[in-house]
Amino acid sequence: MTETVTWTCTGCALLCEDIQVSIGDNRIEQVEHACIKGRARILGCNEKAIPTVNGVNAKIDDAIKDAARILMEAKNPLLYGWSNSTNEAQMAGIELARTLGCVIDSTSSFCQGITINEILNGTIPTCTLDEVREKADVMVFWGADPMSSHPRHMSKYSYFPRGELRQRGYEDDRTAISIDVWQSRTAKICKNGFHRIPPGKDIEFMRGLIDALSGRVPKLSFDYDVKRILELAATLKKAEFGVIFAGLGLVYSIKEDIALLSEFMSALNQFCSFSLIPMAGHFNMRGFNHNLHEKTGHIYRVKFDDGGAISGVKYSVIEQIKSGADAVLVVGSDPIASLPVSISRRLKDIPIILIDPCMNLTSQVADVTIPCSTSGIEVGGTAVRMDGKNMDITSLVQGDNMSDEMIIRRIIEEVE
Amino acid sequence: MTSAMEIYQLLPKTNCKECGESTCMAFDVALLSGTKRFTECPPLMNEDKYSDSKQKLEEILKPLEGAEETGLIIHEELCSGCGNCVVACPVNVANDSHGSGRGLGPTNNKVIFRVVDGKVKAANVKECRRFGKDKILCRACIDPCPTEAIEFV
Repeated sequence: MTETVTWTCTGCALLCEDIQVSIGDNRIEQVEHACIKGRARILGCNEKAIPTVNGVNAKIDDAIKDAARILMEAKNPLLYGWSNSTNEAQMAGIELARTLGCVIDSTSSFCQGITINEILNGTIPTCTLDEVREKADVMVFWGADPMSSHPRHMSKYSYFPRGELRQRGYEDDRTAISIDVWQSRTAKICKNGFHRIPPGKDIEFMRGLIDALSGRVPKLSFDYDVKRILELAATLKKAEFGVIFAGLGLVYSIKEDIALLSEFMSALNQFCSFSLIPMAGHFNMRGFNHNLHEKTGHIYRVKFDDGGAISGVKYSVIEQIKSGADAVLVVGSDPIASLPVSISRRLKDIPIILIDPCMNLTSQVADVTIPCSTSGIEVGGTAVRMDGKNMDITSLVQGDNMSDEMIIRRIIEEVE
Repeated sequence: MTSAMEIYQLLPKTNCKECGESTCMAFDVALLSGTKRFTECPPLMNEDKYSDSKQKLEEILKPLEGAEETGLIIHEELCSGCGNCVVACPVNVANDSHGSGRGLGPTNNKVIFRVVDGKVKAANVKECRRFGKDKILCRACIDPCPTEAIEFV
């Protein structure tokens, strides 16, 4: 018998909560309203992970025991990943790091962590996506291409929908602006609101925009029509409820000068109301930052030591793999595929324990692989949306494996 | 998008009337509107000198086979299921203001566009503003599509 349930999608950090899924005989038959990313998430792995120790098939209990042994024998283990796990699994991971007295970091370390840090510390104003839908009249996609990374972003929240104060939606009530180094899919939708800047010039463009907001004529080292910046500044100043969607293009350009982003937001808020929302990618990337912040006061790159927790660049996943870590527990990530080649080469020489539902490049070199159920499909829990809102996520079907949270709790038992 | 002149250039242009239409241009319009198929042109099918034209016509008319009555074609292989058309379509908004109009998935069956299994699907196409006696050249679903997955022929 087929049953239709409402489901919260874990395909990306938008966590769309209006998905209709038809399930029959513990199989997903049809999915409505989910984009191609959500659909892919539901379809699951190309190849499911199996428990292995040293590349040989093993019993799951033996794999868990071996994982615990590696972590206990290591002098400086690193716990990494976490963005594809529920809050509950992330909390278990933080507990494991505290028990081991080791370093814990997440994919946000080289993603949106830097902007989320500013938001959680209160230096950059933010808002929710629901407020964006109801109120926002000017939205700036800076170094972000949601039409590729978060397909329903513009239709569900930011541009196309009719909101409480934006009854005429995109047609008359909203202005979309894209600032990017190339004409992305999002930039095409923004039409005349697209501002193309040369790669690496985001800081200079932002300074120019701050000047333009103050009525000064900006001076730029690259060829750009100054009149257009002045027009852009005028559009931003007129906003009743503006929002900057900070993509990785902006974050990577501005990471050395994050104070400038706060200065830019302050400059905007002198004239109008502007908030910033980081374009988090993985479904619970922001959750890890919130959970770690709650437990330690830091959002990432944390080392537990003598009952306390310290944070710093040297505890980032990159620095730890370069020089420090002698064992790595990877949860729900594929660092061999996603990290720079020089780092993944180094990682290959360190004992790796992988907890993941799927086979991937990291599973091919992992010393221990422990399959887990897929969060949001086979196991439920809670997660934090890209705007910081807590969301409940439910399971759809019964899986064959334990949840990542349960596996980590088993490792904690072994370690203790 | 296939144009009438593009098709006309590939027809015999002899106005032989064997297809039942008065001229090749009339046959051209019938092809575009979907009331005739190019195989109903006897010279094109039987005479060797038109074999290249026949092949080209077959290629350019292929997308029309999947067209709805309004000429709507959805290229599913390009669609990312973003739902921009679902929320932007004025018919969707009018018939489902608290669902599609607010950015959510459609909450009833009166809408034209809805996303199923990650791809947009069309229904109720007669509701489309491009259909009927008061039709207009609406582009509300075409312009917001980031992948050019929607076109009208």
